[in-house]
Amino acid sequence: MTSAIKIKNLDYYYDNYHVLKNIDFTVQKGDFFIIIGPNGSGKTTLIKIIAGIFKQQKGNIFVFDKSLKSYSRKKLAKKIALVPQMVSADFPFTVMELVLMGRSPYLGLLGLDKQEDLKIAKQALFFTGVEELMNRRMDHLSGGERQRILIAKAICQETEIILLDEPTAALDLAHQIRIMDLMEQLQQKKNVTIIMISHDINLAAMYGNRLLLLDNGKIASIGSPADVLTFKNLEKTYGCKVLIDKNPVGQYPRVNLVPQKFIKESK
Amino acid sequence: MPLTRSSIIKRIMFVSLILFIILIIVILAALAIGSTSTGIKPVYQAFFAHEDADAMTSAIILHLRLPRALLAALVGAALSLGGLVFQAILRNPLAEPYILGISGGSAIGAILGILMGMSRFPGVSLLSFTGGIIILFLIVIISSGHSILKKDSLLLAGVMVNSFCSAVIMFLISMTQDSRLHNIMFWLMGDLSLADINQTGILAAILFPCFILIFLLSNSMNILLLGKEMALTMGISVKAITLTLLITTSLMVSATVSNCGLVGFVGLVIPHILRLGLGSDHRVLVPACILGGGAYMVICDLMARTLPEQGEMPAGVITAMIGAPLFILLLKKSKA
Repeated sequence: MTSAIKIKNLDYYYDNYHVLKNIDFTVQKGDFFIIIGPNGSGKTTLIKIIAGIFKQQKGNIFVFDKSLKSYSRKKLAKKIALVPQMVSADFPFTVMELVLMGRSPYLGLLGLDKQEDLKIAKQALFFTGVEELMNRRMDHLSGGERQRILIAKAICQETEIILLDEPTAALDLAHQIRIMDLMEQLQQKKNVTIIMISHDINLAAMYGNRLLLLDNGKIASIGSPADVLTFKNLEKTYGCKVLIDKNPVGQYPRVNLVPQKFIKESK
Repeated sequence: MPLTRSSIIKRIMFVSLILFIILIIVILAALAIGSTSTGIKPVYQAFFAHEDADAMTSAIILHLRLPRALLAALVGAALSLGGLVFQAILRNPLAEPYILGISGGSAIGAILGILMGMSRFPGVSLLSFTGGIIILFLIVIISSGHSILKKDSLLLAGVMVNSFCSAVIMFLISMTQDSRLHNIMFWLMGDLSLADINQTGILAAILFPCFILIFLLSNSMNILLLGKEMALTMGISVKAITLTLLITTSLMVSATVSNCGLVGFVGLVIPHILRLGLGSDHRVLVPACILGGGAYMVICDLMARTLPEQGEMPAGVITAMIGAPLFILLLKKSKA
């Protein structure tokens, strides 16, 4: 197996604050890799370093076995695409204009697209099921539609790795499942490596084949959902008691929150 | 389908052609209309049929009106494009060189240059550029905080910087008592009446390379609008491109200000109207702002010299009368 991302002894500081501490893990090609952890545990920092947004300070990162530092911005943009939580709509582009921007790493300075780029963009819109929105303006769309268009843009960028920062955070139930299904199809049909931050542990358990649990900048646990989502791990990281059973559909581990009133004093 | 390869080029060409024709018509109107003679025939004679022409009328058209119309077109183009670039980089549809105080900074530099007895080029222009750049970096530093109120605080900062600049200008004026005073007064409201063909030529030589450079970066500006982080992951060198655009734009604005003083709101009105009609693709908007802004300024200057029954008023009066209400309208809309 080849690795998509390999991280060795990564440390990161904001001023004097030690955000990531000795991070060490590998994401294999074709993984659906989900990063979970409490607020402030360093998830977003980690993904921004992989995306090349934050400069590496200490440690090494390898993208397809080549040092991240050896990639130019344009070269990296052909390997890794980012789907942010949301994108500003102050300057309303049409859906097609936005998705076509995904081709820019392959095009010249003026981004003049060829017939082929248009075809790739249309396929991406079709794949994400938003082809009928093609000529609409971004600021006229709902959150779920915008998110799918940002994913279409990432697909249009034709990268082997797609990073997502809590893509379902602001969406209702139906849209959450739709986005996750879409990412799974992308991973299985197009063999794209997915690295995602999720605030929803149960979605992570259902879709991720490998999970990484971050706790205060350190790796608390890494492995299959069943390995990571244990009572002990979650209690220690999140500082609250949970009940873990099996989801009757698909036998995924299911994490249930437990209100304080049901927790008996053990002492 | 609006977006095949040939059609984005076609769209740029089509929009540019239409606006170019409008610009030419407007310039012809500016040549034809004035206090001495009105009509297109003397304009034709001045250019193509010297033997039939009245020497006096021809001289007015060629040596007074032509340089002035061309200067107005250049000033309008530079200020509109300046507004467009600032709006894209600061991601604020209300940003504009005059509102942000960049024009004010350039004016202080220019006035200091005049008081020191420097020639207009390169002395005054260089000081003007320095003044503009200093204000620009001040604004960028103020606005790069992580405040949620960033949008408003940027505008407030601009207003304050602007008031400060006005105060400094007034201070400089009140300290001078000689004939140079008249020279300085015209900075305050923007005035194109001192145009001559050499000065217009020098300005064109500074502006045209800036126009080309900004057009080449227009697609990067599109991607910058998606946010710094998105742009980075799409292969854009955000810092280098932002810096290039800011410096180029300040150069344009200060070159303009040192020629015709403070003309406000052009960079707000034109990009806004064009964006409404043409969408957000900067590859189309950059040439459209250059041509459309040019035409707009020529009209404003024509109004400035023909509306008053006697004499004329500064062109900046017209642009502010149109621009300021629109600014308030936009501000109200952006809060909703």
